[in-house]
Amino acid sequence: MKNEIMDILSKNSRISNEQIAIMLGRTEEEVKQAISEMEEQNIILGYPATINWEKTDKEVIMAFIEVRVTPQRDRGFDKVAERIYQYPQVKSCNLMSGSYDLFVAVEGKTMKEVALFVAEKLATIESVVSTSTHFVLKKYKENGVSFEHKQSDNREAVVL
Amino acid sequence: MNVGKMIAPHIRNVAPSGIRKYFDLINEMKDAISLGIGEPDFVTPWRIREEGIYSLEKGYTHYSSNAGYIELRREICNYMKRRCNLEYNAESEVIVTVGGSEAIDLAIRTIVTRGDEVVIPEPSFVAYKGCTLFAGAVPVPIELKAGDQFRLRRKDLEKAVTDKTKIVIIAYPNNPTGAIMNYEDYLEIVDFLKDKDIIIISDELYAELTYTGKHVSIANFEEMKDRTIVVNGFSKAFAMTGWRIGYACGNKEIIGQMKKIHQYAIMCAPTTAQYAAMEALRNCDDDVAEMVAEYNHRRRVVLDGFRKAGLDCFEPLGAFYVFPDIRKTGLSSDEFCERLLLEERVLAVPGSAFGDCGEGFIRATYATSMDNLIEAIRRNERFVNKL
Repeated sequence: MKNEIMDILSKNSRISNEQIAIMLGRTEEEVKQAISEMEEQNIILGYPATINWEKTDKEVIMAFIEVRVTPQRDRGFDKVAERIYQYPQVKSCNLMSGSYDLFVAVEGKTMKEVALFVAEKLATIESVVSTSTHFVLKKYKENGVSFEHKQSDNREAVVL
Repeated sequence: MNVGKMIAPHIRNVAPSGIRKYFDLINEMKDAISLGIGEPDFVTPWRIREEGIYSLEKGYTHYSSNAGYIELRREICNYMKRRCNLEYNAESEVIVTVGGSEAIDLAIRTIVTRGDEVVIPEPSFVAYKGCTLFAGAVPVPIELKAGDQFRLRRKDLEKAVTDKTKIVIIAYPNNPTGAIMNYEDYLEIVDFLKDKDIIIISDELYAELTYTGKHVSIANFEEMKDRTIVVNGFSKAFAMTGWRIGYACGNKEIIGQMKKIHQYAIMCAPTTAQYAAMEALRNCDDDVAEMVAEYNHRRRVVLDGFRKAGLDCFEPLGAFYVFPDIRKTGLSSDEFCERLLLEERVLAVPGSAFGDCGEGFIRATYATSMDNLIEAIRRNERFVNKL
């Protein structure tokens, strides 16, 4: 049941417990209990909405930064990752395979703000060897939701 | 010349579908919600669409062999083995058709001649009766009962089968009721049919949409396989209705004769759709599973909604329909649907459209978005409460 609840919530986190219960043929109490457990165990960490900021007045600039680091003895990449992801400007931080190590999403109000953040805060961390910043120009899809393309129901009435 | 008089009586006398008027009404309404259309709301998974596009880019725009590309027929055989535990020879026991509908028409025309009887358990998909009449044969309806959860029973068959019966149609998971038949349900049917000179057309278009356990085909019974034409297709399982692609599997003599009609009337199924269908069978089990999970959620929501509105409704375990009993409202199914549409702007289809014994029921499909369903259920409840 928990897997199904996670699937449902990952697509629509505003759905009520009652509704989930009906969808899964369970009681509301069972669903509530399962969700509380997953929250306590840090399986469910939050319920954010997917927003197309471009359609709002709010200025949001996003950049993805490739960060190469020297791993530290005993701690590998975790310690430096921690130093990076603690900044509220960092929206995501992943350890990667391939030609760089950390892939960091940074958000700010202007390109300058993001660039300065990278130059002053990320690049100066001791074990960071290099950074490469890529600004997002346009978002097409996020969290499985496409920003532009909304499928309309164009089914015609047929007799069957 | 009176042109109208030239039309063959056995064509003219087949009544057009009674649900047309609802579609005309709903076309004029802006905020109506349709639970009327028996087709997936999902768009065909992108990788299938993309494969169709790619085949066009490569210039694959010619006829295929009449029976369909052999690669596709091999994939169909793999699929039937993998999903239904049925083995067929790709060379001789499979034909690719223009949707399951063509396969049904071919199968009926191949078996019956004037005066033969085709047993059709009702309520049922409307095409069986039409195709039977067009073939000059006689449809013999069986009235399935809500009390039997709309499963086919031996006692019903015993009453309907005569010396003239050439075909029995079996269609589970069922449109319009959402009923399924499991292994045990088939035992008494198989026992009754196994020694008779009767061909079974088993319409299994909704096989993937089985919400409990695994789909069972009557062809899974050893003694029935050779006398059963299994009709299946891509429309429902892979959300490919507009591609018009389906298939039939069965005894090679029957398939060979079906191929003859098909090659003169149709030539071959559309080849873009055939390429897309290969991709569907090779790589899309996960897409199907995702759609089935979503349908299953909606199924529970819509069933719960009709029951909370005070209507009796048996639990449908297949397809994407619920078939609530509206008799306690005192309205006929036609009146119920018309008023539900006019007063609350929700379209369901009267059960009577699927055979006389569908009177007293309505068919609602949950192949529509969850938001639509929840709103439709709310409106339906408001409607039932004021009756």
